[in-house]
Amino acid sequence: MTEKISEDQVKHVAELAKLKIADDQLPYFTTQLDQIIGLFETLSEVDTDGVEPTSSVTDQINVMRDDIAENWHQRQALLDNAPDTADGYIRVPTIIDESGDNE
Amino acid sequence: MNYFDQSLASIHKQLVNQEISAKDLTQQTLDNIKSVDPDINAFITVDDEGALKKAADVDAKGIDADNVLSGMPIAIKDNMVTKGLTTTAASKILENFKPIYDATAVDKLNKLGTITVGKTNMDEFAMGGSTENSAFKITHNPWDTTKVPGGSSGGSAAAVAAGEVIAALGSDTGGSIRQPASFNGVVGMKPTYGRVSRWGLIAFGSSLDQIGPITRNVSDNATIMNAIAGHDNHDLTSSTKEVPDFTSTLDKGVKGMKIGIPTEFMAQGLDDDIKQTVLDTAATFKKLGADVEEVSLPHTKYGVAAYYIISSSEASSNLQRFDGIRYGRRAKDVKDLEDLYVKSRSEGFGDEVKRRIMLGTFSLSAGFYDAYFKKAAQVRTLMINDFTNVFKDYDLILAPTAPTPAYGIGEDVSDPMTMYMNDVLTLPVNLAGLPGMSIPAGFSNGLPVGVQLIGRPFDELTVYQAGSTFEQETDFAKQTPKMGGNN
Repeated sequence: MTEKISEDQVKHVAELAKLKIADDQLPYFTTQLDQIIGLFETLSEVDTDGVEPTSSVTDQINVMRDDIAENWHQRQALLDNAPDTADGYIRVPTIIDESGDNE
Repeated sequence: MNYFDQSLASIHKQLVNQEISAKDLTQQTLDNIKSVDPDINAFITVDDEGALKKAADVDAKGIDADNVLSGMPIAIKDNMVTKGLTTTAASKILENFKPIYDATAVDKLNKLGTITVGKTNMDEFAMGGSTENSAFKITHNPWDTTKVPGGSSGGSAAAVAAGEVIAALGSDTGGSIRQPASFNGVVGMKPTYGRVSRWGLIAFGSSLDQIGPITRNVSDNATIMNAIAGHDNHDLTSSTKEVPDFTSTLDKGVKGMKIGIPTEFMAQGLDDDIKQTVLDTAATFKKLGADVEEVSLPHTKYGVAAYYIISSSEASSNLQRFDGIRYGRRAKDVKDLEDLYVKSRSEGFGDEVKRRIMLGTFSLSAGFYDAYFKKAAQVRTLMINDFTNVFKDYDLILAPTAPTPAYGIGEDVSDPMTMYMNDVLTLPVNLAGLPGMSIPAGFSNGLPVGVQLIGRPFDELTVYQAGSTFEQETDFAKQTPKMGGNN
């Protein structure tokens, strides 16, 4: 059986999706994804020349609405769901590494 | 309250006649859950305090005699947000999440006076067909507790089947209402895409997801559909089409109705008992005056591939929001923001969710998009055309809901391919956005078997009409499992 996806590709896809697959789990995920992508490839049998893709089946097309901000008055309830807060803000770890700035 | 012998209408009558108060009914429902649910595990969260408070409010205002849902205890699948009530989507990443608003479908029911007694178990983020992918617990099938309840709305279907509640909401992306309804011998409706607002339904596949009712009978199902259907400014894919009274044609029969059975649905991989159940159902419809013939949906065999590409791609986008910043689980000991994202997501999501996210990311990634995502979206068009062609000549499609009855806990969960193939009969309906309902239609070795009725877009009326007619003629929906309740 030809390989549809390699361990390196699985690693790359996981990285794109902000997931880390442990090294010892890599063969397990690769084998499963390989099988499923093999199934995906059966679609190549279907003649789709000139067929429009369907991205949604809604009967509503380009519904417009006014862009109005609404205050839900639930600031505290929202903050209560955040894992880390300080002074009414959501706290996150360092975003920009400044350790090299003083060089 | 022994829900096995009741309907929404019969309970409503007792409430109106003050034979029982909403508070007592709610207390009895909570007691029922307490005694039955240890064997079933249908609930992730039971809200004793909130339910009793709401019931007292309803009693104080008085039961509305014109509103059958007034004071009615129900259950909600745990992927619909409920204000102040923990909502997890059965994922560790949302373990302690308390939403600040109600999903529109839930809000509509609340306003009619229903009482949410709890949130039901499901496959994590609705990804799965057995409820075994829940991060919290395994739900058991009330008909045989060694079997799965199906999924992903397995908790909702099992709770109704076990007589814990009279009705529940589920959601259906590729069969997640209909397949568990079939496995549990209850009625489950996935409405037309756009019929019910998705606002507050934690998104899995946004072009496929719909909320729908799971009940003991067709009439109750139609009653709840009346309550949750309609346009919503918070979901601009919800339809502005007029919502009919879904109970208005339940007694109109099926005389002259043209019903098609897709040859492809009856082909490979179907248990003999399932096939026989569909044929018996067809015979009943014929006897009642319908024309039943074989029809063809030629692209059926490509459905699983197209569906898993599309739904996984949509999931990979939708699940990007779970990043450990604003809500949900945040990993400890992280060195920077990137590390926080990766660790929080890797710890928070289960294996099946990771698989789907990676399949979707792969299908959408540079160099693969045309061969996978675009191709699947084109095949989707061909599948829609297949249905359109059939519905030129037929009012309804009759098909099996699932290829087998409920299988054993632990049997399929390790093999995603087998799991995915089980959805072959339900997911075409989502790809085409059609209404589809599973109704109890037979048994196989003591386990319930459902059949699926599929209608034209926005023609839930015909689906309910045919379903109700079949139900009146047969007694499958009246059967109850040997466990639970007062049985």
